Amino acid sequence: MSLLTVDELTVTFGGRGRKDVRAVNGVSFSVDQGQIVGLVGESGCGKSVTSLALMGLLPSKGVTLGGRAELDGTDLLSLRPSKMRDLRGREMAMIFQDPLSSLNPVIPIGVQVTEILQRHRGMKGEAARKEAAHLLDRVGIPDPDRRLKEFPHQLSGGMRQRALIAMAVACAPRLLIADEPTTALDVTIQAQILDLLKELVDQEGTALLMITHDLGVVAGLCDQVNVLYAGKVVESAGRRELFAHPTHPYTHGLLGSIPRLDAPRGEPLHPIRGSINDQIAWADGCAFAPRCDRYEMECLTGTPELTEPRAAGHRARCANPVLATTEVPA
Amino acid sequence: MSLLELDGVKVHFPVRKGLLFNRTVGHVYAVDGISLKVEAGQTYGLVGESGCGKTTLGRAVLRLVDVTDGSVVLDGTDVAKLPEKELRTFRRRLQMVFQDPLGSLNPRQNIESILSEGMAAHGIGADQDERRERIRDILAKVGLPSNALSRYPHEFSGGQRQRIGIARALVLEPDLIICDEPVSALDVSIQAQVINLLEELQESMGLTYLVIAHDLAVVRHISDVIGVMYLGSLVEEAPSDALYEEPLHPYTRALMSAVPVPDPEVEDRRERILLHGDLPSPANPPSGCRFHTRCPWAQPKCAEERPELTDAGGGHKVACHFTGEIKAGTLRRAGEPEPSAAPEPSAPAKTVPPQAPAPEAETPEAEASEGSSGEGKPGAKAPGAKASGEK
Ligand SMILES: Nc1ncnc2c1ncn2[C@@H]1O[C@H](COP(=O)(O)OP(=O)(O)OP(=O)(O)O)[C@@H](O)[C@H]1O
Ligand SMILES: Nc1ncnc2c1ncn2[C@@H]1O[C@H](COP(=O)(O)OP(=O)(O)O)[C@@H](O)[C@H]1O
Ligand code: SF4
Ligand code: SF4
Ligand SMILES: [Mg+2]
Ligand SMILES: [Mg+2]
Repeated sequence: MSLLTVDELTVTFGGRGRKDVRAVNGVSFSVDQGQIVGLVGESGCGKSVTSLALMGLLPSKGVTLGGRAELDGTDLLSLRPSKMRDLRGREMAMIFQDPLSSLNPVIPIGVQVTEILQRHRGMKGEAARKEAAHLLDRVGIPDPDRRLKEFPHQLSGGMRQRALIAMAVACAPRLLIADEPTTALDVTIQAQILDLLKELVDQEGTALLMITHDLGVVAGLCDQVNVLYAGKVVESAGRRELFAHPTHPYTHGLLGSIPRLDAPRGEPLHPIRGSINDQIAWADGCAFAPRCDRYEMECLTGTPELTEPRAAGHRARCANPVLATTEVPA
Repeated sequence: MSLLELDGVKVHFPVRKGLLFNRTVGHVYAVDGISLKVEAGQTYGLVGESGCGKTTLGRAVLRLVDVTDGSVVLDGTDVAKLPEKELRTFRRRLQMVFQDPLGSLNPRQNIESILSEGMAAHGIGADQDERRERIRDILAKVGLPSNALSRYPHEFSGGQRQRIGIARALVLEPDLIICDEPVSALDVSIQAQVINLLEELQESMGLTYLVIAHDLAVVRHISDVIGVMYLGSLVEEAPSDALYEEPLHPYTRALMSAVPVPDPEVEDRRERILLHGDLPSPANPPSGCRFHTRCPWAQPKCAEERPELTDAGGGHKVACHFTGEIKAGTLRRAGEPEPSAAPEPSAPAKTVPPQAPAPEAETPEAEASEGSSGEGKPGAKAPGAKASGEK
């Protein structure tokens, strides 16, 4: 059985006279122990809201959750707040895009790490300090004893992200959720952080849910990939299969849009037309239809189902999927 | 003669302290001696990591910051020495497209007003009717509907706002357009639209671009010539293809090996040159070669002598004391494994060296039933640690 199972998750923001916004519209995926699963899509497709829902970090007011999400059999969506707080940090932890805003600016790094050790592992005093130094060392922060005394602003962006990872893994959680953990970093620093995450998964058997907009990051890191569009998974496959045979027109279009470092110069890009604003409600058909080259009348007869049009285990939500390999962008 | 020639450009910002900030205690060496040439009708791409001085250099060309030393010559005129009054009219010839399209557009002005403002200031078009005609023409060129004229910036998507920013530059008929991170705030599908637009406009209007970006893949795609910056100076400059085919500077090689490619086959086989540590502060740059604190090939000499940017052949310029040795493989980098039985490629910095054997082709079925796993990464994961990803 999977460690994390998400089934038809919906998140709706609304209330107080505002029009309801369904940010997550029936998302299903699973993450196994020791597996890296990618959730990829452009801004606004529901990646962050999905992760916040799983972590119980959405406000209770004005937010309606639907579907199921279970961590090793524990229902995450109906868990009491106190139970959730207990689970968070110990069983599952999260790393955010902007490490500065997820660290307390007026408290030294060391205190922030030892607080976690105290709360979840009951460690105190010298033992907690030693373990904190060990954790910083573990995530590749040089001179950990000195760094423990420093404040977040005294660390570089890459260091801060390492410190945040140290805090996230302090209690050896079984699930790590990383929401765009390298988006704010330079590529050489990104490479270091991705290396570190890979190593943690390899050595500790942690499950990692990797949320990113960068298909390049996914290609090098994730075992299983889920592509999101307008709050729904539109394609899901093993990483090699997905990149070799993008089957949903949106995935196909994304891959055609990215300038590749290794592509011969002068090779044209094939953008997707329009923007994310040009979408219709899933209830009326395929939300991607207004931007899709493969649109047919059939696409507007209700929400397309996730099927396996190409291969077992490779799912796509499309009435007219890309099946011929010749259509794969070079 | 090149359209734009920079010679030894330096921009040093004083670091002030004291009650009235009247004591200069040091300098930020944001741009520290850059020489380059941009040819008319071409694209020069400037790439480098955050804080290396790209934006400052762009601002120096526009003289939005004062140049501490060196010259910025556009079409025979030294912008750095132009008197304030002449500078104002000269500025039309140099336009900038910014990273954040919304932040650079006044929310209270409609598009017509935004675009005609500069035109009126520079005396382009006899009257507003004539200007409106010209704006309509440019809007069509950048792919915006003509009813955009009466609308406001917030009514447009990010990609459309960037088109407005490009239109604002184009209506002034500049000689050179400086694009500072023109696509980095945009979603990938929109990035491609804007990149294609910049290319089409260059083709049809003969534009010259100086493109500043941190994304090497984007820069390689649109540039004829690429300059790689590190801590305020150029470490390498070459035609786009030559730079990709044979990056010579250790920093360029590390940068190139760190750029993710959306292709698992490439990702699994590429050689990574991981850099240790962070970028040093430009207020306190390392001695000698500025890269020596992070360079895997660094030698004692590197901390003492600053290497000059010199031609390594065919217009491929590098600032490194050991270009020849690194290229020949006679100088090994720290932590690099001994050469194996397989012959070392003469250009070891290829992004995809034939190092690891290509993993066996997998059928989609096998892939699906395995769910995934550490393919291509021999011994990466304990097989037992992973269960099937499929229900
Ligand atoms: N007005 C200023 N006063 C003092 N220091 C400055 C000023 N403007 C820039 N700097 C410093 O100069 C260096 C170069 O900055 P610059 O903005 O040119 O970098 P960049 O390469 O454009 O980075 P990014 O990729 O983050 O945009 C940085 O260390 C920056 O903090
Ligand atoms: N607190 C909120 N109230 C209303 N709408 C929200 C809220 N947070 C997010 N949304 C909307 O939900 C959608 C998904 O957002 P998000 O998950 O943050 O996207 P991303 O995939 O970029 O992480 C967006 O349309 C966003 O505007
Ligand atoms: S269902 Fe139709 S509109 Fe939607 S992605 Fe498939 S082909 Fe395109
Ligand atoms: S001069 Fe020395 S430190 Fe600088 S890049 Fe070359 S080998 Fe590295
Ligand atoms: Mg997000
Ligand atoms: Mg900048």
